[in-house]
Amino acid sequence: MDSARPAKLDVRAVTLVHYNERTQQALRVLDGIDLQVGEGELVSIVGPSGCGKTTFLNAVDGLVRVTSGVIRLDGRVVDRPGPDRAFVFQHDSLFPWRTVTQNVGYGLELQGRLGKAEIRERAQRLIELVGLKGFEQHYPHELSGGMRQRVNIARALVVEPELLLLDEPFAALDAQTREFMQAELMKILARAKATALFITHQISEAIFLSNRIVVFSARPARIKDIVAVDLPAARTLDMKHSPEFVALEQRIWRLIEEEAARTGMVTAA
Amino acid sequence: MDATSPQIETGTPEQPERPRRTYWQRNENWLLGTLSMLVFLALWEGAVRGGLVNPLFTSSPSRIVAAAIEMFADESFYGHLEVSAEEFFSGFGLAIVVGVPLGILMGWYSRVNAILEPFVSALYATPRIALLPLVVIWFGIGIASKVAIVFLGAIFPILVNTITGVRTIDADFIKVARSFGATDRQMFLTVVLPSAVPMLLTGLRLGLSHALVGIVVGEMYGATQGLGYLIAVAGARFQTDRVMVGIILIAGLGVALTELLRAIERRFERWRPIRRG
Repeated sequence: MDSARPAKLDVRAVTLVHYNERTQQALRVLDGIDLQVGEGELVSIVGPSGCGKTTFLNAVDGLVRVTSGVIRLDGRVVDRPGPDRAFVFQHDSLFPWRTVTQNVGYGLELQGRLGKAEIRERAQRLIELVGLKGFEQHYPHELSGGMRQRVNIARALVVEPELLLLDEPFAALDAQTREFMQAELMKILARAKATALFITHQISEAIFLSNRIVVFSARPARIKDIVAVDLPAARTLDMKHSPEFVALEQRIWRLIEEEAARTGMVTAA
Repeated sequence: MDATSPQIETGTPEQPERPRRTYWQRNENWLLGTLSMLVFLALWEGAVRGGLVNPLFTSSPSRIVAAAIEMFADESFYGHLEVSAEEFFSGFGLAIVVGVPLGILMGWYSRVNAILEPFVSALYATPRIALLPLVVIWFGIGIASKVAIVFLGAIFPILVNTITGVRTIDADFIKVARSFGATDRQMFLTVVLPSAVPMLLTGLRLGLSHALVGIVVGEMYGATQGLGYLIAVAGARFQTDRVMVGIILIAGLGVALTELLRAIERRFERWRPIRRG
């Protein structure tokens, strides 16, 4: 990160212990996470399955409380969800009884600071931004998976969050749509000048979309490494075949593999 | 848009041309239903006229029509109708006003549920008709006791279905609302209520039939007015035609109100994928 820029998101020594009522066992999920994200930065988190990535994102959104440590956004301590953050969930979870416009306007409607006409207008701008003009009055079941995910992203962006949190937003899409949506998201985030924290299982997606990649260890999650992505800011899908891209991919894959081997998920050759 | 991101799934939605169908195709279900009903009525009338069955027991369509004309001409009949309608709408209305909010609270807050659940279970399992003598002791043989019995009949299906509706809400929707910082009130209005609508309407439909049973039985047990009272009196005098008129009126009321609920349901369910079968 550029040290001249002050950190927008500042995570210090965050530990989270989850207590399971049924088995009466305490499970350490996050273990001393330190992370700073600068204004306009796109940071992705990768790591072995079940390592606590989603829990971390939930903590940053304020949906779960951390056991110790502190999360600050623009200097304010995060302890509950707030209008300065917006979450894009893995399953699009659009309200099926709301039209595209009504779904996108949901966050603004809850805030209650704008009138109906204004909310509509802003929703309309976001719908155009994500390329869904003409589908304003459609219900979610009338849209394809990729389109629903665009609506999901628009719904998060409409509240003009300081930080956008994306939890594997493309996991439910087919491989082709996923590639196109990565390119689209890149452009959408650039146009919205968003700062984003992004979880993915796909390493090439992480490289393609981010300025930095945080590699989580197996549970309890610690930061194993942070890899800077030195690729041009304007990215195209063909870059995925460049030698630099492939080298990065291999480097990150090895880091994850080490972790997977440590937990016995992958047996040593 | 540049060449790296083909717009594979956006664009302006097309308006498909409406397929033309004949009058019969458009109204097939409705026409078949009417036809089968007419055939049934004709067979009934024929069986009575042909002397195959005794009209004292079965009456006949023409006799029922004659009895209905006679009854409708009598002023006092409308008094009975009014009383039954008042009992029904007061009791059913009260059941909705109490049942829906209570069901939402019981479905959402486990503490409220823990406190009220034993009462609801016990009363739900008891045939409400068995409470009739008690209700008459408390409220007398006037309208109030019938309103109470209609209320008791209708509230439990409404309550139980609303609770189920609230409990089965998709957890992801709740997470989305919380993430956007929804207050409790906003959570109820924007997530809980719309999610629970299908179950809630099922509860209303079941409650409706229980409410109709409530009126008839209530008026038969101890009353001096109402449709149930008319049926009971006519039955005691072997006036089969008049009994039939009463039954048809109550059935008609039931069908009309069920249709009204369907219309409301369609209004709320516009967003559902259309299923044809």
